[in-house]
Amino acid sequence: MIEIKNINKSFGDRKVVNDVSFVFETGKTNIVIGESGSGKTTILKVMVGLHAPDSGVVEYDGRPFTQQSEKEKQEVRKEIGMLFQGGALFDSLTVEQNVAFPLDMFTNMSQEEKNERVNYCLAKVKLEGRNKLFPAELSGGMKKRAALARAIANNPKYLFCDEPNSGLDPKTSLVIDALIKEITQDLGMTTVVITHDMNSVMEIGQKILFIYKGNNWWTGTNKEILTTDNEEILDFVYASEFLKQLKPRK
Amino acid sequence: MLLKRVFGKPEKFSMYYKQILYEIDSLGIGSLWLIAIISVFMGGVITIQSAYNFTSPFIPLYAVGLGTRESIVLEFSPTIVSLILAGKVGSNIASEIGTMRISEQIDALEIMGINSAGYLILPKVVAAMFINPFLITISMFLGVLGGYIMGVASGACTSYEYIFGIQSFFIPFNIYYSLTKTVIFAFIITSVSAYHGYYTTGGALEVGKASTRSVVYNSILILVANLVITQLMLV
Repeated sequence: MIEIKNINKSFGDRKVVNDVSFVFETGKTNIVIGESGSGKTTILKVMVGLHAPDSGVVEYDGRPFTQQSEKEKQEVRKEIGMLFQGGALFDSLTVEQNVAFPLDMFTNMSQEEKNERVNYCLAKVKLEGRNKLFPAELSGGMKKRAALARAIANNPKYLFCDEPNSGLDPKTSLVIDALIKEITQDLGMTTVVITHDMNSVMEIGQKILFIYKGNNWWTGTNKEILTTDNEEILDFVYASEFLKQLKPRK
Repeated sequence: MLLKRVFGKPEKFSMYYKQILYEIDSLGIGSLWLIAIISVFMGGVITIQSAYNFTSPFIPLYAVGLGTRESIVLEFSPTIVSLILAGKVGSNIASEIGTMRISEQIDALEIMGINSAGYLILPKVVAAMFINPFLITISMFLGVLGGYIMGVASGACTSYEYIFGIQSFFIPFNIYYSLTKTVIFAFIITSVSAYHGYYTTGGALEVGKASTRSVVYNSILILVANLVITQLMLV
Protein backbone atom coordinates (compact mmCIF):
# COMPACT_ATOMS: atom_id res chain seq x y z
CA MET A 1 0.00 0.00 0.00
CA ILE A 2 1.21 3.49 -0.82
CA GLU A 3 -0.25 6.44 1.01
CA ILE A 4 0.24 10.08 0.09
CA LYS A 5 -0.71 12.65 2.70
CA ASN A 6 -1.27 16.37 2.04
CA ILE A 7 1.20 16.63 -0.86
CA ASN A 8 1.96 20.16 -2.04
CA LYS A 9 4.31 21.04 -4.86
CA SER A 10 5.04 24.32 -6.63
CA PHE A 11 7.43 25.28 -9.42
CA GLY A 12 8.32 28.91 -8.82
CA ASP A 13 5.07 30.79 -8.27
CA ARG A 14 2.99 28.11 -9.96
CA LYS A 15 1.28 25.69 -7.60
CA VAL A 16 1.02 22.35 -9.39
CA VAL A 17 -0.17 20.00 -6.63
CA ASN A 18 -2.39 21.28 -3.85
CA ASP A 19 -2.88 19.26 -0.66
CA VAL A 20 -3.48 15.88 -2.34
CA SER A 21 -4.02 12.80 -0.18
CA PHE A 22 -4.84 9.30 -1.36
CA VAL A 23 -4.32 5.62 -0.55
CA PHE A 24 -3.12 3.35 -3.39
CA GLU A 25 -4.18 -0.18 -2.52
CA THR A 26 -2.18 -3.38 -2.95
CA GLY A 27 -3.34 -5.83 -5.64
CA LYS A 28 -5.35 -3.14 -7.42
CA THR A 29 -4.69 -0.96 -10.43
CA ASN A 30 -4.96 2.52 -8.95
CA ILE A 31 -5.44 5.13 -11.64
CA VAL A 32 -4.69 8.84 -11.47
CA ILE A 33 -6.53 10.75 -14.18
CA GLY A 34 -6.87 14.36 -15.15
CA GLU A 35 -6.36 16.78 -18.00
CA SER A 36 -2.90 17.50 -19.38
CA GLY A 37 -1.10 19.84 -17.00
CA SER A 38 -3.34 18.99 -14.07
CA GLY A 39 -0.41 17.71 -11.96
CA LYS A 40 -0.69 13.92 -12.43
CA THR A 41 2.90 13.33 -13.50
CA THR A 42 4.18 15.67 -10.79
CA ILE A 43 2.36 13.56 -8.19
CA LEU A 44 3.97 10.43 -9.62
CA LYS A 45 7.42 12.03 -9.63
CA VAL A 46 6.95 13.10 -6.01
CA MET A 47 5.88 9.55 -5.14
CA VAL A 48 9.01 7.97 -6.62
CA GLY A 49 11.31 10.68 -5.30
CA LEU A 50 12.26 12.40 -8.57
CA HIS A 51 10.73 15.60 -7.15
CA ALA A 52 10.80 16.59 -3.47
CA PRO A 53 7.39 17.80 -2.25
CA ASP A 54 7.12 21.27 -0.66
CA SER A 55 5.19 19.57 2.12
CA GLY A 56 3.41 16.29 2.74
CA VAL A 57 4.41 12.67 3.16
CA VAL A 58 4.63 9.61 0.90
CA GLU A 59 4.53 6.28 2.76
CA TYR A 60 5.38 2.87 1.30
CA ASP A 61 3.75 0.30 3.59
CA GLY A 62 4.22 2.65 6.50
CA ARG A 63 7.79 3.70 5.59
CA PRO A 64 7.95 7.52 5.37
CA PHE A 65 9.76 7.70 2.00
CA THR A 66 9.85 11.49 1.74
CA GLN A 67 11.55 11.79 5.12
CA GLN A 68 14.12 9.08 4.54
CA SER A 69 17.81 9.60 3.78
CA GLU A 70 19.00 9.14 0.20
CA LYS A 71 20.44 5.72 1.13
CA GLU A 72 17.15 4.56 2.68
CA LYS A 73 15.27 5.85 -0.37
CA GLN A 74 17.50 3.77 -2.64
CA GLU A 75 16.47 0.66 -0.69
CA VAL A 76 12.77 1.47 -1.23
CA ARG A 77 13.43 2.21 -4.90
CA LYS A 78 14.78 -1.30 -5.38
CA GLU A 79 11.18 -2.43 -4.72
CA ILE A 80 9.80 -0.09 -7.38
CA GLY A 81 9.27 -0.83 -11.06
CA MET A 82 8.39 1.97 -13.41
CA LEU A 83 7.07 2.12 -16.93
CA PHE A 84 7.95 5.49 -18.43
CA GLN A 85 5.91 7.33 -21.02
CA GLY A 86 8.58 6.83 -23.69
CA GLY A 87 9.74 3.46 -22.36
CA ALA A 88 13.17 4.82 -21.32
CA LEU A 89 14.89 1.65 -22.48
CA PHE A 90 18.68 1.90 -22.54
CA ASP A 91 19.57 2.45 -26.21
CA SER A 92 22.91 0.68 -26.07
CA LEU A 93 21.46 -2.53 -24.63
CA THR A 94 19.37 -5.23 -26.31
CA VAL A 95 15.89 -6.08 -25.06
CA GLU A 96 17.19 -8.95 -22.93
CA GLN A 97 20.04 -6.85 -21.54
CA ASN A 98 17.53 -4.14 -20.64
CA VAL A 99 15.30 -6.62 -18.83
CA ALA A 100 18.29 -8.25 -17.13
CA PHE A 101 19.74 -4.90 -16.04
CA PRO A 102 18.09 -4.71 -12.58
CA LEU A 103 18.95 -8.38 -12.03
CA ASP A 104 22.61 -7.76 -12.95
CA MET A 105 22.72 -4.79 -10.62
CA PHE A 106 20.90 -6.05 -7.56
CA THR A 107 20.97 -9.84 -7.52
CA ASN A 108 23.58 -12.56 -7.44
CA MET A 109 21.65 -14.81 -9.81
CA SER A 110 23.60 -17.14 -12.09
CA GLN A 111 23.49 -16.41 -15.83
CA GLU A 112 21.12 -19.34 -16.27
CA GLU A 113 18.72 -18.03 -13.62
CA LYS A 114 18.84 -14.58 -15.16
CA ASN A 115 18.09 -15.94 -18.64
CA GLU A 116 15.14 -17.85 -17.19
CA ARG A 117 13.79 -14.76 -15.46
CA VAL A 118 14.28 -12.60 -18.56
CA ASN A 119 12.46 -15.12 -20.74
CA TYR A 120 9.65 -15.36 -18.17
CA CYS A 121 9.23 -11.56 -18.14
CA LEU A 122 9.36 -11.31 -21.93
CA ALA A 123 6.78 -14.09 -22.21
CA LYS A 124 4.59 -12.25 -19.71
CA VAL A 125 4.52 -9.22 -22.02
CA LYS A 126 4.26 -11.34 -25.18
CA LEU A 127 7.72 -10.50 -26.49
CA GLU A 128 9.18 -13.98 -26.77
CA GLY A 129 12.00 -14.29 -29.29
CA ARG A 130 12.76 -10.54 -29.38
CA ASN A 131 15.64 -10.88 -26.90
CA LYS A 132 18.41 -9.74 -29.24
CA LEU A 133 16.69 -6.69 -30.74
CA PHE A 134 17.78 -3.17 -29.82
CA PRO A 135 15.19 -0.56 -28.72
CA ALA A 136 15.60 1.29 -32.04
CA GLU A 137 14.36 -1.85 -33.82
CA LEU A 138 11.11 -2.05 -31.82
CA SER A 139 7.70 -0.51 -32.55
CA GLY A 140 6.12 1.86 -29.99
CA GLY A 141 3.96 -0.88 -28.50
CA MET A 142 6.86 -3.32 -28.30
CA LYS A 143 9.02 -0.70 -26.56
CA LYS A 144 6.30 -0.24 -23.94
CA ARG A 145 6.05 -3.99 -23.45
CA ALA A 146 9.82 -4.39 -23.18
CA ALA A 147 9.89 -1.53 -20.65
CA LEU A 148 7.10 -3.26 -18.71
CA ALA A 149 9.14 -6.48 -18.72
CA ARG A 150 12.12 -4.56 -17.31
CA ALA A 151 9.88 -2.91 -14.70
CA ILE A 152 8.72 -6.29 -13.34
CA ALA A 153 12.04 -8.15 -13.74
CA ASN A 154 13.15 -7.68 -10.14
CA ASN A 155 9.74 -8.64 -8.67
CA PRO A 156 8.81 -5.12 -7.57
CA LYS A 157 6.24 -4.55 -4.84
CA TYR A 158 5.17 -1.28 -6.44
CA LEU A 159 4.61 -0.61 -10.14
CA PHE A 160 4.25 2.89 -11.59
CA CYS A 161 3.09 3.48 -15.16
CA ASP A 162 3.27 6.97 -16.64
CA GLU A 163 0.88 7.31 -19.58
CA PRO A 164 1.35 3.68 -20.66
CA ASN A 165 -0.88 4.13 -23.72
CA SER A 166 0.34 7.44 -25.08
CA GLY A 167 1.17 7.22 -28.77
CA LEU A 168 -0.34 3.75 -29.15
CA ASP A 169 -3.27 2.62 -31.30
CA PRO A 170 -6.45 1.58 -29.41
CA LYS A 171 -5.84 -2.14 -29.94
CA THR A 172 -2.27 -2.08 -28.64
CA SER A 173 -3.44 0.11 -25.75
CA LEU A 174 -5.88 -2.60 -24.74
CA VAL A 175 -3.05 -5.17 -24.80
CA ILE A 176 -0.91 -2.98 -22.53
CA ASP A 177 -3.86 -2.36 -20.18
CA ALA A 178 -4.61 -6.06 -19.97
CA LEU A 179 -0.94 -6.79 -19.22
CA ILE A 180 -0.83 -4.23 -16.43
CA LYS A 181 -3.98 -5.63 -14.85
CA GLU A 182 -2.82 -9.23 -15.19
CA ILE A 183 0.64 -8.52 -13.78
CA THR A 184 -0.81 -6.55 -10.87
CA GLN A 185 -3.13 -9.36 -9.88
CA ASP A 186 -0.71 -12.23 -10.54
CA LEU A 187 2.20 -10.65 -8.69
CA GLY A 188 0.13 -8.88 -6.01
CA MET A 189 1.68 -5.47 -6.63
CA THR A 190 0.52 -1.99 -5.78
CA THR A 191 0.10 -0.46 -9.23
CA VAL A 192 -0.29 3.24 -9.95
CA VAL A 193 -1.20 4.25 -13.50
CA ILE A 194 -1.14 7.84 -14.65
CA THR A 195 -3.31 8.37 -17.71
CA HIS A 196 -5.85 10.52 -19.46
CA ASP A 197 -7.04 7.64 -21.59
CA MET A 198 -10.67 6.85 -20.66
CA ASN A 199 -10.42 3.40 -22.26
CA SER A 200 -7.75 2.50 -19.70
CA VAL A 201 -9.85 3.90 -16.90
CA MET A 202 -12.82 1.77 -17.88
CA GLU A 203 -10.74 -1.35 -18.59
CA ILE A 204 -8.50 -1.51 -15.54
CA GLY A 205 -9.39 1.33 -13.15
CA GLN A 206 -10.18 -0.40 -9.87
CA LYS A 207 -9.55 2.71 -7.82
CA ILE A 208 -9.48 6.16 -9.38
CA LEU A 209 -8.14 9.52 -8.27
CA PHE A 210 -9.25 12.46 -10.43
CA ILE A 211 -6.91 15.46 -10.26
CA TYR A 212 -8.29 18.82 -11.28
CA LYS A 213 -6.01 21.88 -11.30
CA GLY A 214 -3.68 20.16 -8.85
CA ASN A 215 -6.45 19.23 -6.40
CA ASN A 216 -7.85 15.86 -5.33
CA TRP A 217 -11.21 16.44 -6.99
CA TRP A 218 -12.88 13.04 -6.96
CA THR A 219 -12.18 9.42 -6.01
CA GLY A 220 -14.10 6.29 -6.91
CA THR A 221 -14.14 3.23 -9.18
CA ASN A 222 -14.54 2.79 -12.93
CA LYS A 223 -18.20 1.98 -12.45
CA GLU A 224 -18.87 5.03 -10.32
CA ILE A 225 -17.15 7.43 -12.71
CA LEU A 226 -19.93 7.12 -15.31
CA THR A 227 -22.67 7.84 -12.83
CA THR A 228 -21.09 10.67 -10.87
CA ASP A 229 -22.68 14.09 -11.03
CA ASN A 230 -19.38 15.90 -10.62
CA GLU A 231 -19.35 18.45 -13.44
CA GLU A 232 -15.56 18.52 -14.00
CA ILE A 233 -15.41 14.71 -14.18
CA LEU A 234 -18.26 14.61 -16.65
CA ASP A 235 -16.58 17.26 -18.78
CA PHE A 236 -13.43 15.12 -18.76
CA VAL A 237 -15.15 11.81 -19.47
CA TYR A 238 -17.52 13.14 -22.10
CA ALA A 239 -15.02 15.44 -23.79
CA SER A 240 -15.77 14.91 -27.49
CA GLU A 241 -18.80 16.33 -29.32
CA PHE A 242 -20.02 12.79 -29.93
CA LEU A 243 -19.73 11.75 -26.28
CA LYS A 244 -21.33 14.98 -25.09
CA GLN A 245 -24.61 13.70 -26.57
CA LEU A 246 -24.36 10.71 -24.21
CA LYS A 247 -23.60 12.86 -21.18
CA PRO A 248 -26.17 12.28 -18.43
CA ARG A 249 -28.39 15.32 -17.80
CA LYS A 250 -29.03 16.50 -14.28
CA MET B 1 27.78 18.06 -5.65
CA LEU B 2 27.85 16.02 -8.85
CA LEU B 3 31.42 14.86 -8.22
CA LYS B 4 30.43 13.73 -4.73
CA ARG B 5 27.78 11.51 -6.28
CA VAL B 6 30.15 10.35 -9.03
CA PHE B 7 32.65 9.10 -6.47
CA GLY B 8 29.97 7.52 -4.24
CA LYS B 9 30.14 3.83 -3.39
CA PRO B 10 29.20 1.70 -6.43
CA GLU B 11 26.12 -0.52 -6.09
CA LYS B 12 27.96 -3.47 -7.64
CA PHE B 13 31.67 -3.36 -8.49
CA SER B 14 31.42 -6.00 -11.23
CA MET B 15 28.91 -3.86 -13.18
CA TYR B 16 31.16 -0.80 -12.91
CA TYR B 17 34.18 -2.86 -13.94
CA LYS B 18 32.31 -4.09 -17.03
CA GLN B 19 31.31 -0.52 -17.82
CA ILE B 20 34.92 0.71 -17.43
CA LEU B 21 36.10 -1.90 -19.96
CA TYR B 22 33.33 -0.81 -22.34
CA GLU B 23 34.33 2.85 -21.97
CA ILE B 24 38.03 2.07 -22.49
CA ASP B 25 37.04 0.53 -25.81
CA SER B 26 34.55 3.25 -26.71
CA LEU B 27 36.46 6.36 -25.61
CA GLY B 28 40.04 5.13 -26.00
CA ILE B 29 40.38 2.48 -28.67
CA GLY B 30 37.69 4.23 -30.70
CA SER B 31 39.89 7.34 -30.89
CA LEU B 32 43.08 5.52 -31.84
CA TRP B 33 42.80 5.89 -35.61
CA LEU B 34 42.08 9.60 -35.45
CA ILE B 35 45.02 10.17 -33.10
CA ALA B 36 47.33 8.03 -35.24
CA ILE B 37 46.55 9.91 -38.46
CA ILE B 38 46.79 13.35 -36.86
CA SER B 39 50.06 12.49 -35.07
CA VAL B 40 51.83 11.16 -38.16
CA PHE B 41 50.88 14.20 -40.25
CA MET B 42 51.61 16.73 -37.51
CA GLY B 43 55.00 15.11 -36.83
CA GLY B 44 55.81 15.44 -40.52
CA VAL B 45 54.74 19.08 -40.67
CA ILE B 46 56.70 19.98 -37.51
CA THR B 47 59.84 18.43 -39.03
CA ILE B 48 59.51 20.27 -42.34
CA GLN B 49 58.76 23.59 -40.62
CA SER B 50 61.74 23.13 -38.29
CA ALA B 51 64.07 22.38 -41.20
CA TYR B 52 62.65 25.38 -43.10
CA ASN B 53 63.42 27.69 -40.17
CA PHE B 54 66.85 26.32 -39.26
CA THR B 55 68.73 28.23 -41.96
CA SER B 56 71.72 29.32 -39.90
CA PRO B 57 74.92 27.31 -40.58
CA PHE B 58 75.56 27.42 -36.80
CA ILE B 59 72.51 25.22 -36.13
CA PRO B 60 73.28 21.57 -36.86
CA LEU B 61 70.66 19.64 -38.83
CA TYR B 62 70.18 17.10 -36.05
CA ALA B 63 68.34 19.95 -34.28
CA VAL B 64 65.42 19.16 -36.59
CA GLY B 65 64.96 15.78 -34.91
CA LEU B 66 65.57 17.29 -31.48
CA GLY B 67 63.04 20.11 -32.08
CA THR B 68 60.43 17.73 -33.44
CA ARG B 69 60.77 15.41 -30.45
CA GLU B 70 60.53 18.23 -27.92
CA SER B 71 57.52 19.85 -29.66
CA ILE B 72 55.69 16.56 -29.82
CA VAL B 73 56.50 15.30 -26.33
CA LEU B 74 56.03 18.58 -24.49
CA GLU B 75 53.07 20.13 -26.26
CA PHE B 76 51.59 18.51 -29.34
CA SER B 77 50.76 15.04 -28.00
CA PRO B 78 49.56 15.88 -24.47
CA THR B 79 47.85 19.22 -25.15
CA ILE B 80 46.81 19.40 -28.81
CA VAL B 81 45.71 15.76 -28.92
CA SER B 82 43.78 16.29 -25.67
CA LEU B 83 42.08 19.30 -27.29
CA ILE B 84 41.15 17.07 -30.23
CA LEU B 85 39.84 14.45 -27.79
CA ALA B 86 37.86 17.19 -26.02
CA GLY B 87 36.06 17.70 -29.34
CA LYS B 88 35.55 14.05 -30.21
CA VAL B 89 35.11 12.35 -26.83
CA GLY B 90 33.76 15.38 -24.95
CA SER B 91 30.91 16.04 -27.37
CA ASN B 92 30.17 12.32 -27.48
CA ILE B 93 29.88 12.10 -23.67
CA ALA B 94 27.76 15.25 -23.36
CA SER B 95 25.34 14.21 -26.10
CA GLU B 96 25.10 10.59 -24.87
CA ILE B 97 24.31 11.56 -21.28
CA GLY B 98 22.16 14.50 -22.43
CA THR B 99 20.05 12.20 -24.60
CA MET B 100 19.73 9.76 -21.70
CA ARG B 101 18.51 12.66 -19.55
CA ILE B 102 15.83 13.92 -21.95
CA SER B 103 14.61 10.40 -22.80
CA GLU B 104 14.16 9.63 -19.06
CA GLN B 105 16.82 6.89 -19.06
CA ILE B 106 18.59 8.62 -16.16
CA ASP B 107 15.28 8.82 -14.26
CA ALA B 108 14.87 5.09 -14.92
CA LEU B 109 18.26 4.40 -13.32
CA GLU B 110 17.40 6.58 -10.32
CA ILE B 111 14.07 4.84 -9.80
CA MET B 112 15.79 1.45 -9.89
CA GLY B 113 17.79 2.67 -6.89
CA ILE B 114 20.99 3.22 -8.86
CA ASN B 115 23.26 6.24 -8.36
CA SER B 116 22.97 7.39 -11.98
CA ALA B 117 25.82 9.91 -11.72
CA GLY B 118 28.15 7.24 -10.40
CA TYR B 119 27.10 4.56 -12.86
CA LEU B 120 27.24 6.78 -15.94
CA ILE B 121 30.14 9.13 -15.19
CA LEU B 122 32.64 7.28 -12.97
CA PRO B 123 33.47 4.57 -15.55
CA LYS B 124 34.08 7.25 -18.19
CA VAL B 125 36.39 9.24 -15.89
CA VAL B 126 38.34 6.15 -14.81
CA ALA B 127 38.54 4.77 -18.37
CA ALA B 128 39.81 8.04 -19.85
CA MET B 129 42.34 8.63 -17.06
CA PHE B 130 43.61 5.10 -17.62
CA ILE B 131 43.65 4.89 -21.42
CA ASN B 132 44.59 8.45 -22.43
CA PRO B 133 48.25 8.16 -21.29
CA PHE B 134 48.56 5.12 -23.58
CA LEU B 135 46.97 7.05 -26.45
CA ILE B 136 49.28 10.00 -25.89
CA THR B 137 52.34 7.73 -25.72
CA ILE B 138 51.30 6.19 -29.04
CA SER B 139 50.76 9.70 -30.41
CA MET B 140 54.30 10.70 -29.34
CA PHE B 141 55.81 7.67 -31.03
CA LEU B 142 53.80 8.15 -34.24
CA GLY B 143 54.51 11.89 -34.29
CA VAL B 144 58.25 11.31 -34.10
CA LEU B 145 57.93 8.53 -36.70
CA GLY B 146 55.93 10.85 -39.00
CA GLY B 147 58.68 13.44 -38.61
CA TYR B 148 61.31 10.89 -39.58
CA ILE B 149 59.40 9.75 -42.68
CA MET B 150 58.72 13.30 -43.89
CA GLY B 151 62.17 14.63 -42.91
CA VAL B 152 64.01 11.93 -44.82
CA ALA B 153 61.57 11.78 -47.74
CA SER B 154 61.66 15.55 -48.27
CA GLY B 155 65.44 15.75 -47.84
CA ALA B 156 65.11 18.15 -44.89
CA CYS B 157 67.62 16.01 -42.98
CA THR B 158 69.27 12.63 -43.28
CA SER B 159 68.12 9.55 -41.44
CA TYR B 160 71.29 9.65 -39.28
CA GLU B 161 70.82 13.35 -38.36
CA TYR B 162 67.18 12.86 -37.41
CA ILE B 163 67.82 9.79 -35.26
CA PHE B 164 70.82 11.46 -33.64
CA GLY B 165 68.60 14.48 -32.95
CA ILE B 166 65.80 12.57 -31.28
CA GLN B 167 68.34 10.78 -29.05
CA SER B 168 70.13 13.97 -28.00
CA PHE B 169 69.54 15.82 -24.71
CA PHE B 170 66.68 13.57 -23.72
CA ILE B 171 65.14 14.46 -20.35
CA PRO B 172 62.98 11.59 -19.01
CA PHE B 173 61.13 14.02 -16.70
CA ASN B 174 59.50 15.54 -19.80
CA ILE B 175 57.62 12.29 -20.40
CA TYR B 176 56.45 12.29 -16.77
CA TYR B 177 55.35 15.92 -17.17
CA SER B 178 53.44 15.13 -20.37
CA LEU B 179 51.67 12.11 -18.98
CA THR B 180 50.75 14.00 -15.79
CA LYS B 181 49.13 16.66 -17.97
CA THR B 182 47.37 13.96 -19.97
CA VAL B 183 45.77 12.39 -16.89
CA ILE B 184 44.55 15.79 -15.66
CA PHE B 185 43.20 16.68 -19.11
CA ALA B 186 41.41 13.31 -19.26
CA PHE B 187 39.68 14.12 -15.96
CA ILE B 188 38.67 17.56 -17.27
CA ILE B 189 37.33 16.21 -20.58
CA THR B 190 35.17 13.49 -19.02
CA SER B 191 33.90 15.32 -15.95
CA VAL B 192 33.10 18.63 -17.67
CA SER B 193 31.35 16.92 -20.59
CA ALA B 194 29.43 14.61 -18.28
CA TYR B 195 28.34 17.60 -16.17
CA HIS B 196 26.92 19.41 -19.21
CA GLY B 197 25.16 16.27 -20.40
CA TYR B 198 23.81 15.32 -16.97
CA TYR B 199 22.15 18.68 -16.40
CA THR B 200 20.60 18.98 -19.87
CA THR B 201 16.95 19.99 -19.82
CA GLY B 202 14.55 20.26 -22.75
CA GLY B 203 14.93 18.46 -26.05
CA ALA B 204 17.25 17.67 -28.94
CA LEU B 205 18.22 21.32 -29.40
CA GLU B 206 19.45 21.54 -25.80
CA VAL B 207 21.44 18.31 -26.20
CA GLY B 208 23.26 19.93 -29.13
CA LYS B 209 23.87 23.08 -27.09
CA ALA B 210 25.17 21.04 -24.14
CA SER B 211 27.53 19.23 -26.48
CA THR B 212 28.88 22.51 -27.92
CA ARG B 213 29.16 24.05 -24.45
CA SER B 214 31.13 21.07 -23.20
CA VAL B 215 33.69 21.41 -26.03
CA VAL B 216 34.10 25.15 -25.36
CA TYR B 217 34.54 24.74 -21.59
CA ASN B 218 36.84 21.74 -22.05
CA SER B 219 39.10 23.67 -24.43
CA ILE B 220 39.38 26.69 -22.14
CA LEU B 221 39.96 24.58 -19.03
CA ILE B 222 42.60 22.46 -20.78
CA LEU B 223 44.49 25.56 -21.87
CA VAL B 224 44.33 27.10 -18.39
CA ALA B 225 45.33 23.81 -16.74
CA ASN B 226 48.18 23.46 -19.24
CA LEU B 227 49.56 26.83 -18.19
CA VAL B 228 49.24 26.08 -14.47
CA ILE B 229 50.80 22.59 -14.71
CA THR B 230 53.65 23.89 -16.87
CA GLN B 231 54.33 26.66 -14.37
CA LEU B 232 54.27 24.18 -11.49
CA MET B 233 56.33 21.41 -13.07
CA LEU B 234 58.76 23.04 -15.48
CA VAL B 235 59.58 26.42 -14.00
